[in-house]
Amino acid sequence: MEAAGASAGVDRRAAREAATRARARRGQAIAALSSAVVLGGLAALALTSPGWPTVRDTFFSSSAFADAFPKVLSGFWLDVRMFLVVEAVVLVLGLVIALVRTSRSPALFPLRLLAAAFVDVFRGIPTLILVYMVGFGIPALELTGLPTNPVVLGEVALSLSYGAYVAEVYRAGIASVHRGQHDAALAVGLTEGQALRHVILPQAVRRVGPPLLNDFIALQKDVALVSILGPQEAFRVAQIISAQTFNFTPFMAAAVLYLAVTVPLARIVDRLGVHGVAR
Amino acid sequence: MSSGSAPVLEVRGVTKSFGEREVLHGVDLAVPEHGAVALIGASGSGKSTLLRCIDLLEEIDDGDVFLDGEVITDPSVDPVSVRRRLGLVFQAFNLFPHLTALENVVLGVVRAHGTPRREAQERARELLARFGLAGREGDRPDELSGGQQQRVAIVRAFASRPRALLLDEVTSALDPELVGEVLEAVRELKAEGATMILATHEMSFAREVADEVAFLHDGRILERGPPASVLSEPRRPETRRFLRRLLEGGRL
Repeated sequence: MEAAGASAGVDRRAAREAATRARARRGQAIAALSSAVVLGGLAALALTSPGWPTVRDTFFSSSAFADAFPKVLSGFWLDVRMFLVVEAVVLVLGLVIALVRTSRSPALFPLRLLAAAFVDVFRGIPTLILVYMVGFGIPALELTGLPTNPVVLGEVALSLSYGAYVAEVYRAGIASVHRGQHDAALAVGLTEGQALRHVILPQAVRRVGPPLLNDFIALQKDVALVSILGPQEAFRVAQIISAQTFNFTPFMAAAVLYLAVTVPLARIVDRLGVHGVAR
Repeated sequence: MSSGSAPVLEVRGVTKSFGEREVLHGVDLAVPEHGAVALIGASGSGKSTLLRCIDLLEEIDDGDVFLDGEVITDPSVDPVSVRRRLGLVFQAFNLFPHLTALENVVLGVVRAHGTPRREAQERARELLARFGLAGREGDRPDELSGGQQQRVAIVRAFASRPRALLLDEVTSALDPELVGEVLEAVRELKAEGATMILATHEMSFAREVADEVAFLHDGRILERGPPASVLSEPRRPETRRFLRRLLEGGRL
């Protein structure tokens, strides 16, 4: 009797495992089929459209791609350099603004006001307009000592815009640290400044990793906006070649390069989001 | 100054309101050197608020608090220097989650008291071991049980040799089977000669550890005295009602 019960238990477990496997197989099959139908359908729609031959030649010309790619790539290094500079500036600028905004000292009131205005203004103006304003406005002042290099001016404009965004990300991180942490820090005898530095900020910064990276993906693309000031970065180079050859494929080369950076960054964001930020 | 009859901590006529709501109206309390005062009373009676006011985490509206005979609630007194002479243990532990147990203990000792790191770590290790946490120095709070976390918090508050310790319902956030180990830690503090005020719901523990029990009701100390008399023969009807409710709740 007991032996029969045990073997029935084993059978049931085997049956359950088999059912789970069958369900998984069926799920995979359905996913594959629906992907084939949807993607195939979209491809068929594009490929059978009346204009497809023209689009293929103007956007997906392999010879034009091969010609343009090295030049666009050399322009893309400028994008990467600007991205790295602006990212470094923005990480510091955003933190400073966030700290000012979260401070409570009455003496800092005017600074708090300025910081709030900074965020409102530079987050509220389209980045494209900011690039115009800084890129053409500052040189027009004709003041000695101010930068006139369009790359630098573009970096300044992007730093203002993204500094405002990143400041708010930091501020949210600081606000998310429980009040009990602040109390505990004071209770062990720390000053407000020490509490901020050793207790609040370390926790806040760990929490804002994913949203910060998200902003950096956006920044990596918006670097292309500096092209309107003239620097020959990827988009600008693609534009020039395209104007000479009447072919849009160079833009595809630029798009591929942007993707080559933003997709890995996005995967890092996903991983941080799933696993939490490493301590 | 700290010896003889002068209390280490003295609370005189302290009032505190949050907006319209008056939480403390005229609280008096005194703790002698090496003394332990158990603060009992229903939830919301103002126990936590009183301890937070003493540690200057809340600003009082009226009255005075003295530490070693010196008024600490005067606006001219630097609250940081006062907090460095007191230790506060929170109901919810409030350990720093990004730091290990050892770093939690060492942070204030090094940063607030200027003790050399090496020396602070040595003492922290020793204290953690004495409170049953040997081998857990490198663990972060989320790797510790609630009871272990609260013991780290107790060590953290005690490590800087405070003049007085304020324990705010240190067992209330714990699963019942973890309460004992934390109470044991408080006994250890008492054995070390710590001067303390402990807000608690554990009446049998108050009876055992405290030299005096103070019953806080609606922001006033209604009854004070040796545990045996306050807990066994309460004079006030409010105290009797409170104790009866605890008894019915199985907490006595």
